Amino acid sequence: MEKIIELKNVTKRFGGITALNKASLHVEQGEVVGLIGDNGAGKSTLIKTLVGVYGPDEGEIIINGKKVINWNALKARESGIETVFQDRALCPQQSIVWNIFMGKELKYPFGFVREKEQINEANRLIREIGFTSKLIDAESPVGNLSGGERQGVAIARAIYNNAELIILDEPTNALSLNETQKVFDFVRNVKKSNRSVLFIGHNIYHVYDISDRFVILDRGEVVHQIDKKDIATPEELMKIMKQTVEVN
Amino acid sequence: MYKEKTFLGNLFHKNGRAIGSMGYFTILMLVFLIGAPEAWMRPNLHQSVFVMLPTLIFLVIPLVFLVASGEIDLSFASTYAVAAYIFAIMVKAGIDPTLAILAGILTGAVIGAIVGALIVIFRLSSLVASLGMLFLLRGIILLLTESRSITIMEIDTHWTYSVLVGNFYGFPMQIFWAAIFVIYCYYLFSKHVFGIHIHHVGDNSVSAEQMGINVKAVKIKAFMFVGIGAAIGGIFTTLITYTFFPTQGFGYLLLALAAVFVGGTPYWGGLGTIVGAVFGVGIIAYMEIGIIAIGWSGTWRQFFNGLIILLALLGHRLHGERVR
Repeated sequence: MEKIIELKNVTKRFGGITALNKASLHVEQGEVVGLIGDNGAGKSTLIKTLVGVYGPDEGEIIINGKKVINWNALKARESGIETVFQDRALCPQQSIVWNIFMGKELKYPFGFVREKEQINEANRLIREIGFTSKLIDAESPVGNLSGGERQGVAIARAIYNNAELIILDEPTNALSLNETQKVFDFVRNVKKSNRSVLFIGHNIYHVYDISDRFVILDRGEVVHQIDKKDIATPEELMKIMKQTVEVN
Repeated sequence: MYKEKTFLGNLFHKNGRAIGSMGYFTILMLVFLIGAPEAWMRPNLHQSVFVMLPTLIFLVIPLVFLVASGEIDLSFASTYAVAAYIFAIMVKAGIDPTLAILAGILTGAVIGAIVGALIVIFRLSSLVASLGMLFLLRGIILLLTESRSITIMEIDTHWTYSVLVGNFYGFPMQIFWAAIFVIYCYYLFSKHVFGIHIHHVGDNSVSAEQMGINVKAVKIKAFMFVGIGAAIGGIFTTLITYTFFPTQGFGYLLLALAAVFVGGTPYWGGLGTIVGAVFGVGIIAYMEIGIIAIGWSGTWRQFFNGLIILLALLGHRLHGERVR
C-alpha cells in the first residue's frame, strides 16, 4: 500500500519541553490508524504537526513519497489532510448542505449559490458515508441530529473537501454506544472509499474496534506500532500499552 | 427522493417564523377591521401607511442581516440623517440629484464601515459602540446645521423625484422600490454566498473561521449594508417631504428594531427571515396609524406598541430555543 503521509524522526520542542521526540509515523491509503496515549503523551502536538499548525523542529514530513519543506496548514490542506474536531465544528442552526459547503459553496457568477447541485451532492455524500434514516436529508438542520450523526456531517464535509486523510480527534467521547456505532459505520465507509483515517481516542475498546493498526504514544515518543492481526483482544492491546509505558 | 414530509409540513418547518409574523399581522388587521370597519375601508388610511412603510423597509431588512450575523447596530437612526444631509446640501448646491443620491448612499456605506471596524477590529461591544455613534453622528448633524432644516423644493421638477417617490396610479412609487429591495434581499439572504456566510458567522463564528470564511469581513459588510439601507431610507424621506430636518430618523430607532424582532428574527444570531421582517414592518406601521384610525387617542399608541411586541415575541418562542 502507498504511504500517503509519513513523519520521520519528528521532534518538536516548546521552550525547554520536548513535546515530540523523534516520532515516526505513517498512514497508508485506505487504512484506519488508531493513535493512543495518555494525557500529555503528545497526541495533540502530533495532530497539530500533521495538520501543519506546527512545523517540526527536526525530522521530515513526506507526502506521497516526496519530502515537503516549510510544512504549514495550507500545505496540509492541499495534501488532503482534514481534521474533524469533536465540537465547535458545525453550525447547528443551518442545514446539512450549508454545513457541508461552508466556505466552499458552488457558485454562479455574482455569488449566487447553485442550490440544486449542492443539495444533490450533499445527499449523495451523506448516503455514501452511511446515513440511512429517511427522515434526514440534505436540507435537515444539523441541530436536529444526534452527536454521532453530527460527526458524520463533519466527515462528509471533509470528503467534499477532497480529504485523503481524515483525522478524527476523540470522535466518540461522550457518545452513547449506539452513537459510537454510527461513527464507526461512517469511518468504515470512509475506508471503503479508499481514504484513510487517523482515529484518536481515550477508550482503548473503541480504538481497537475500528483500527487496522495501532500507534502508542508516550511522553512524546512513538513507543509501539502494532497491526491488529498480531493481537487478539483489546485487553492484549491494553497490556502492551501498559508494558511499553512502564519500560519507557 | 428521501422526502416523506408533506408539502405543508415542509413549508411550515422551513418558514415557521415568517408564517408566525404573517399570522400576527393578519390578527392585527382583523382587530382593526372589526374595531373600526369604516376607517379601515378608507383608502387614504392605507395610503398614509404606504408612505411610511417603505422607509421602514429600507431600514429594517438590512438589520435582519446584521442581527443574523450576531451583531446589533443603533447608529443607523443617525446615519439616516447624515446621508440625507449630504444629499440635501448637494442638491441645494445645484449638483445633479442623481450624484447627490449616490453620494448619500456612499456616506451610509462609509459610516457603516466605520461602525463595523470599531466593533469588529477594535472589538468594542456592538450595542455600546453603536450607541456612541448614534449620539456622535446626531451631534455632528446638529452642529453642522445649527438645528435648521433644509428645504429642497427644486427637486420637484427633476426626474429622480417622479421616478423614486412620484405617484403611479395612486400608489406612491416608493412602494415599488421597496418591493424590489425586498425581493433582492430575499435572494441575497438565502441564496447568495453573502447571506449564507452571514448565517454561518452568526451561528458559529469559530467554525466559520476554520472553514475559511473571513468572519471580520462578513460582519463589516453587514454593518455597511445597514448603513446603505439607512441612507436610502433617509434620502427617500427627504424626497417625500422635500425637507431635510436635523432630527429625522430618530423616531425610527426603536420602531425599526422592534420590527426586526416582531418579524421573527431571533436576537441570538444564525437565523433570520426577510419575509417575516416585512410583516414586522407592516405590524409596526399599521400600529402607528391604526390606533388613531380606530378613534383612540394617540396616548394609547406606545401602550399598544409594547403589547404587540411582547405578544409577538412570546408567540415566536413557540419556534423553540436556540439549538446548539
